[in-house]
Formats: sequence, structure tokens, C-alpha cells
Amino acid sequence: MQFAKNDKSVVVIVGSGAGGGTLANELCQKGVAVVLLEAGDEQTTSSFLNDEWASFSQIAWLDKRTTSGSWQIAKDFPNLPAWICKTVGGTTTHWAGASLRIQEHEFRARSVYGGIEGANLADWPLTLSELAPYYSKAEFKLGVTRTHGIEGLPGNNNFKVMYAGAQKLGYKNCHTGRMAINSKPRAGRASCMQLGFCFQGCKSGAKWSTLYTEIPEAQSTGKLDLRTGCHALRIEHDKNGKATSVIYADSNGTVHEQKGRAVCVAGNSIETPRLLLNSSSQMFPDGLANSSDQVGRNYMRHTTGSVYATFEKPVHMYRGTTMAGIITDESIHNTKRGFAGGYEMETIAIGLPFMAAFLKPGAWGADFSRAMDQYSHMAGMWIVGEDMPRETNRVTLHNSEKDSNGMPIPNVHFDDHKNDTAMRNHAYKQGSALYDSVGAKDTYLVPPYPSTHNLGTCRMSVLPDEGVCNSFGRSHDVKNLFISDGSQFPTGAAENPTLTIVALAIRQAEYIREEISQLSL
Amino acid sequence: MNARKLTRRKFINRTAGVIGGALLFPGGPIATLAPQGAWALKLSKMDSHQGETLLQMTRLIFPHEKLEDAVYALVVKRLDSSNIQNLELLIEGIVELDTASGGRWLDLLPSERSKVLSSLEGTPFFEKLRSTAVVDLYNNDMAFAHFGYEGEAFSKGGYLTRGFNDLEWLPAPSANASPHP
Repeated sequence: MQFAKNDKSVVVIVGSGAGGGTLANELCQKGVAVVLLEAGDEQTTSSFLNDEWASFSQIAWLDKRTTSGSWQIAKDFPNLPAWICKTVGGTTTHWAGASLRIQEHEFRARSVYGGIEGANLADWPLTLSELAPYYSKAEFKLGVTRTHGIEGLPGNNNFKVMYAGAQKLGYKNCHTGRMAINSKPRAGRASCMQLGFCFQGCKSGAKWSTLYTEIPEAQSTGKLDLRTGCHALRIEHDKNGKATSVIYADSNGTVHEQKGRAVCVAGNSIETPRLLLNSSSQMFPDGLANSSDQVGRNYMRHTTGSVYATFEKPVHMYRGTTMAGIITDESIHNTKRGFAGGYEMETIAIGLPFMAAFLKPGAWGADFSRAMDQYSHMAGMWIVGEDMPRETNRVTLHNSEKDSNGMPIPNVHFDDHKNDTAMRNHAYKQGSALYDSVGAKDTYLVPPYPSTHNLGTCRMSVLPDEGVCNSFGRSHDVKNLFISDGSQFPTGAAENPTLTIVALAIRQAEYIREEISQLSL
Repeated sequence: MNARKLTRRKFINRTAGVIGGALLFPGGPIATLAPQGAWALKLSKMDSHQGETLLQMTRLIFPHEKLEDAVYALVVKRLDSSNIQNLELLIEGIVELDTASGGRWLDLLPSERSKVLSSLEGTPFFEKLRSTAVVDLYNNDMAFAHFGYEGEAFSKGGYLTRGFNDLEWLPAPSANASPHP
């Protein structure tokens, strides 16, 4: 379907990942016309590559970004703060599929954790019970295992090591996770082949991605105009402060303008604030929808790290799903551990090429080689925990560097809060103890990879001076502008964010449809 | 003419070299991939001395005692195909390495080689070599075979029937935690 550039009846969505791709389908199913702008190209399950570096070139977002702050990423990967995707389907091509609900107490982080110095904690303007019906719809849509009667996935070798260690440590909740990966064929998607290349785009299509679910479903309604290779540069507004169009560059660098009744931004938490900041005008001198000065602030990326351990006997952790299992015992709030909030422990495996790149960035010599020599005897887990939102952790525009379209590139500033550091150290200790309990030879504490969970840079709030959007993602300042991705999160919780992004998108679509019916959009 | 231009002329005028040798571990996993017991790499920009120096430097940066030179040579191959700026960086770096060694670095005893190499840590020359090697040394079929990584899996049907859960040295998880495939 093609809509005219001056068709003011369409909803323009920027980004085709978990937020934008889901929102597009939900709106199209309700009869709303959508123009979906995707900066990247379109791949298919057959063009995806079982090859870590080649796939990285194929789907990762490689446009230059800069970093600052005391986080390890600024040293290890100064121009790659985030490991996210520029392709149809966005980061749903790369995600591992872990689909967890945020817990009740995590929606009330400010109330439950109290005032923590140096943190900008907030309660969500939403409760778990309000979101629960949308979580249920999201789980059904994604086909999440261990929900809606869908069987769990079989555990691989990496999971077997985690599970045995969890028993020794007395953890009670260890299983193969709630995964948006088919354990049986379902909803037009095949079942998991245990390929071990979840991060590279699932070639069997067993893992949910908007690329081959939401987007084709939306296309079949005749209501979707998907434009690939189209990078949004700026959002325009009228003299009443309503958004009127999105200016974007196609892959030849030619600039276009698409009119619309509403604009929904889902570019992930670095590009979303960047687009708003790049849309400053006389009326909005600090960036569009930024009267609160919260656009770009409170950038979160989860407290992460990995623990890899080597064993006398082989593991072959790379065989099978990347996140093959989870321990949820530590994702509670118990300050006796020395920090607020909690963390999940999830298996992770990377191939030999990425192990060399990520084990200890910059390292060389005999110790590094000894670890690589034991690759086939290695098991691994990833820590994903709640990090503290901080006003000073933020995405800003670079003051001199511009991209190929002449737009300022983003800088990502991050300093670990001492709560983050305490949590990471606790998780490293527990992860090491777990592997020690089943006979680890060497244990490696691996620093965070470039961020996959980027959150918080256009937070929800009840009051307009405390955040960028309301609980439906609707901008406080610009009434027909929506935030439709993880940028909305006031806090990060301990859970992988995709399921919540999808649930919020389903809820937002309902709201937008209703507002159109009420002639409010 | 400045020193940089002189260097450029120097290597452009050289005859490209060859490095090679016999496989060190005829019974090893790499030998099964190689039809012959020897390997050779024809260089296009560098001479044999430069190629051999870079190979031995890479062996010290990522020392895997039983890994064939043929795999390290893949790093040299990548470096040999560098653009002109990087070729200059490498070739000037080798000149400095040899100068710091009071002759040819390759002629030093192993312990002395390490000492001179360590003194270069952090230089653009060393970092170019390390950052290239950390990718190319571990991203090829011979390395996969050596380190026990199986690489591409889709064309083989994944691991569902090829050992994704074949670990038996630990107790099996409960069926509730890990349903049977």
C-alpha cells in the first residue's frame, strides 16, 4: 500500500521494532492507515546469517555515536554504546526472546525503594493490574512459553550447567524461561531448531520478530505503507504546537516529508530522544516535547555483566538457544544484599568470534589465550538487573559531529550509580559461586556488552513537568505525538524489556484508535 | 620528499613475498581440513620478512601453542590487504621493532622477543595488529575446528538432533524445569 505524502489521515510511525512494528499492526487491524518509516533495509529468514561478524554488519545499527562518562563501555566501545539493529523488525531480529513481566513492586520503585541519593526514581503512572490484560495479549501474540498453555523449551547443555549449580546453591526458581520462541509450531511460525544464532536473526523463524509477524499481518490489511531505508530527521509542527509531518531521508539521501494526523516515535532510546532534540524550533527551543527538560535524561541500560566458567568436561554452550534458562531468585527487592532492586540470571552463549571480542576487550597474552583454549568447555550466564535512573545519564546531541544527512549525532553519557555497582558485584559473586559449586576451573567476570536494553529517555509521568509523556505514551506538550518504545519506561525493572514494550504498544494502539473515534486526533 | 613518502615508495617498489611452512600437528583438527601437509601464503604488498614478523608477533599476542601457523597467517593475509595508510603504519612499525631489537626482531631469543613486543603495547602499530588479530584469528573454519566451535548450523538442521543437550556429566534437570524435546 502507498499513501500520499500529503495524506493527513495517516499515522506516521518511526521505527519497526517491538514498539513501532507492533503498534503499526495493531492500528492497521483497527482500520487506521499507517506509514511506517524504517531506517534500515529488509532481510528475510533466508538472508539472515549464521555468522556473527557478517550478521553484525548486516543488521546492527552501526551509525557513529559517541560516549562519555565513567562506564566501561566508553572505554571498550567508545563509538558503539548500543548493540541494537537498523533493519526491518528493529532489535526484534536480534533479541534472545526472554519475555518477562515487570513485577508489581517494580512499578512502584520510588515508593518501595525510597529516595536513593543520586537516583531519579519514579513510580510508573501505571500498575501491574492495569497492564496485566495487555501483558496477556502480548504473551499470546508472541507465543511466550509457559504462558497460555504453551510448553517450555527443552534446556541445552548451557542450561544443564546453570540448573545443576542452581540446585547446589539452593535457588528455587530455575527453568528454561518464558521465551518468545516456539517449542511447537504455532501461529505460522516453525518450532525451534536449536540453532544457537538467536542474536543473528532466527533463520527458522521460531523466535518472534515483527519482521515476519506483525509487519506482514499489517500489510495484509492494506493499511500499511512500509518505507525501508528511510531515516527520520525531524518532526515538524504547526503554530498551535501540533505535529504535522515527519521529514526523512531515503537511502539515496533524498529528503521527503510525510504528513500525518499523529506521529509515533519508536526508534529505541537513543534515536527517539535524538529525533525530538533534532526537532527543536522557535516554539520548542530545547527540542520537541521537552518542556520538562527530561528528553534524553534518565538513560538506563540495565545493570549487566556476564560470568563464564570453564570445566573439565565439554559443554558446547553455543549449541541451542542463546538464552536457554533463567534463575529468578535474585530478582527480588531485599536491601540486606546491599542494594535496591534485583537481577535475573539468564544463560548466554556467544560464538568463538564474539567470545574473542567480548571476553576482555583490549586484552592479549597468555591469560586471554588460556580462556579461548577452553571455549568448548565453557558455560555462561548474563546478569540483567535494575539500574538507577539518573538525570545526568543522558542522550544529547553532539556539538560538532554530524551524520551523512547533516544531523547531529547522539552522545550517550553514563555513570554507574553505586547501587548498580553493588548489584553487579553481588551478581558476579553469585554467578561465580554457582559455577564453582559444579566444579568450575576458571571463572571469567566479563564486563557489559554494548547495551541491548536501552530505556528511559522519554519517561512517562503523571505531571507534565516530571516527564515527557503520559501513561499512554502521549506527549504532555504535543498532543498528537506519541512515544512508542522503551524510552517511555520511568524505571527499568529487572526484566528484559521487550514484552513490556509490546504490551504498551497494544495498549497505546487502543488508545489512539479511541482518540481518533472521539475526533481528538 | 618526506619520510612517509619515502616509506611508501620503498614498499611499493619491493617484490611481494611468500610465507609458509609445514603443518605442525598432522593429527590435529586442522590437518583434517587441509589436503596437504603444508601451507603457503603469497603476499601482495609486503615482503617475506614483514609477513613473517607479523605472524610471529601475532603468535605472541595470542599464544595458542598448538594452533597452526596457517591460522595465524590469516591475520597476516588481512593485514597485507590493508589500505595504504595502514600498510605504512605496519611497515614503519616493523622497522621500529627491528631497530628496538638492534637488528632483526625475529633473530632474538623468545624471551627477548616478548620484552620488545611488550614495550610496544598501546602504540597504534601494536593496536592495529591486536585488533585485527582478535577478529581474524578466531573467525575462520580452521580456528573453529581447533577451538571446538561448530559455526554455521542452519544447513545442518541446527543442534536439535546434534547434541544441544548431550551433556551427561551433571544430573539432568527435572522435566518441569526442562521439558523433553
